[in-house]
Amino acid sequence: MLARRIIALVILLAGAGVGWFLYSSQISGWKPFRLGLDLSGGTQLVYRANFEAAPTDDVSGAMASLRDTIERRVNLFGVSEPIVQTERGGTLAGAPEERLIVELPGITDTQQAITLIGQTPVLEFRLLKKDVEPPPTGTPLQNMNEFFEAPAVTGKHLTSSKIEFNQGVGGIANEPVVALNFNSEGGKIFADLTRDNVGRYFGIFLDGIPISVPVIREAIPGGTAIISGNFTAEGARELARNLNYGALPVPIELIATQTVSGTLGGEAVGKGIAAGVWGIGAVALFMLLWYRLPGLLSVAALALYVIAVLALFKLIPVTLSAAGIAAFILSIGMAVDANILIFERTREELHGGKSIKDAIAEGFHRAWPSIRDSNISSMITAVILFWFGTSLIKGFALVFGLGVLVSMLTAITVSRTFLLALGIEAKSGVVRFLFESGASRKN
Amino acid sequence: MVIVKNRNIFFALTGALVLASVISLMFFGLRLGIDFTGGTLAQVTYPSGRPSAEEISQSLTKARFTGYSLREAGTNDYVLRAQNMTEDQRANLIEILSVDSNSAEISQLNEIGPTIGKELRNKALIALAAVLICILLFIAFAFRKVSRPVSSWVYGLIALITLVHDVIIPVGFYAALGHFAGAQIDTLFITAVLTVLGFSIHDTIVVFDRVRENLRVNGERNRREDFAETAGRSLGQTFVRSVNTSLTVLITLLVLFFIGPESTRYFALTLLVGIIAGTYSSIFLATPLLVQWEKRRSKK
Repeated sequence: MLARRIIALVILLAGAGVGWFLYSSQISGWKPFRLGLDLSGGTQLVYRANFEAAPTDDVSGAMASLRDTIERRVNLFGVSEPIVQTERGGTLAGAPEERLIVELPGITDTQQAITLIGQTPVLEFRLLKKDVEPPPTGTPLQNMNEFFEAPAVTGKHLTSSKIEFNQGVGGIANEPVVALNFNSEGGKIFADLTRDNVGRYFGIFLDGIPISVPVIREAIPGGTAIISGNFTAEGARELARNLNYGALPVPIELIATQTVSGTLGGEAVGKGIAAGVWGIGAVALFMLLWYRLPGLLSVAALALYVIAVLALFKLIPVTLSAAGIAAFILSIGMAVDANILIFERTREELHGGKSIKDAIAEGFHRAWPSIRDSNISSMITAVILFWFGTSLIKGFALVFGLGVLVSMLTAITVSRTFLLALGIEAKSGVVRFLFESGASRKN
Repeated sequence: MVIVKNRNIFFALTGALVLASVISLMFFGLRLGIDFTGGTLAQVTYPSGRPSAEEISQSLTKARFTGYSLREAGTNDYVLRAQNMTEDQRANLIEILSVDSNSAEISQLNEIGPTIGKELRNKALIALAAVLICILLFIAFAFRKVSRPVSSWVYGLIALITLVHDVIIPVGFYAALGHFAGAQIDTLFITAVLTVLGFSIHDTIVVFDRVRENLRVNGERNRREDFAETAGRSLGQTFVRSVNTSLTVLITLLVLFFIGPESTRYFALTLLVGIIAGTYSSIFLATPLLVQWEKRRSKK
């Protein structure tokens, strides 16, 4: 008995400790709740990497470089805490689609966000196929893959670029050109390519447009290349600057956007918090009125559940969306399920003539398979939803699944410990009354 | 047990509700949202009072928007649904939507490309199938022990029938909601239906488990009891539990519906209807069907 009481005390203290952590971290801003864009306000852009236009063997490398380049550019524009991530999506038929998801908190002008990303140039070096006449430069090429081989060197190999002035023929014209520096991998590929293909043409592409298609006269070691394409000084300078921010290895297409204004997001947060507080209050009141003393214990278990889940939200951290808040509020209603199952069974055993202590033990024992099954069926749903999910649904599924697991723990172990720690042996009418529930009938 | 005795009344009531849902579905149909079709969904606020829909429509048509719809929302808002926008349309959206002195603010803008829409549609169907298969396996597992006088596959079949009921009702309801309030089928709706499936199957299984437990106890004690009696008694024993577990969930859903965020309002409503349907079917449909089956069988 003493041991049980000590355990109960430890649970209570731990709950209070975690509660204090929640409170103080909220005040100090350490480990804040992470809010999704639909709550904080901002823009999400989803791009598709167009590998049909620029085939490569190293898809994951290209995607990593794509992510780094976009991330650098987004950071440059002072967006706070942007998230840039890659994702493999796809309809079941056909090749999977490589996607780039860009989340820009605080940016609520969709077009501005698109422009910010869209200025990143796509750079490709491609060898012209054998026995093909070089196409005209300066205009977009429809059937690029018919003329050119797959890109050999791309934006992911670029380290820096600068504007230079070429000595024109006879030193007359000073044509502005852009000089590129490759990283060691890019430099090696470029050196090998030029050494093995002297006499062939290669095309330099910016955003899919052939800027120049020079003939390879000799091997070019040293990891540098020159783009010359009738630039004005201003045009060359702008290009060099944009290339310095990074160039993409593969063209990207916008396939989805989502923008939520800060006002709407803030409103949703306020309403979500209000709904959470009222939801907890209403469920607690119901449990107290219907189940009396055990009800009080289940409210304590519910409080511990709420504290534990909120702390997990902060620590994991879970990105909360409106759907996630809905899942949390739903989980409050479900968290007391296990308690209801146990209490109803305990009440039946009491009516069957058992002592309170035996009835409690039997109630827990008999209710367990039911609790396990209901949580299994909920977990199945949560797992499938998580897989099905767009980020919105994933948020729901994660919170829902987390809620199911944690609530099983709190509802069973915590309320059991509390109930037994009370150590009620008496058979007085008052105690029995406290253990009866609203629908009790002496049958 | 009142419910078992008067089961014909409840069969009639259930039939009427299902029929109403099917009719609603046939007449109103389901409107797929942009999650599944691709397109643009914008919520536009007019802080200085909203202009008439005609004025905005003129401006939209001039900007070459086709096949769009405008619906009033809140006090100062419109919800615009349209096909995917061009770069120009997106760049000038605020100017296009601002009419005269009423300047528009965009509080929410979603664009989904056609490929993503198609992918989500496929995924939703697969998720639905996956949940159904898992639940079938779950039912098969839960009723693996053969029992008398009703064989175990009948329990499973009836559990499935109640599941169908639990899906038809919210779907029919949502069709009506779509017609009268412009609600569209989105990923959240699918989520709600799947959540209802997982939640309500369990309710039915608990009642059936109790029926079998009582049958077993009767067998052990050599007690003779009419099957309808046993089933009714089991229902009575689990009734409060069924109602109360649903009630606490319904309480939180009501709170979510009335004071929760706007974006999850229809979601909460769908869950509300689905869970009420699920609780109803596990009490008023499952066990009465079981009794009916046994009566039919013993007559032969």
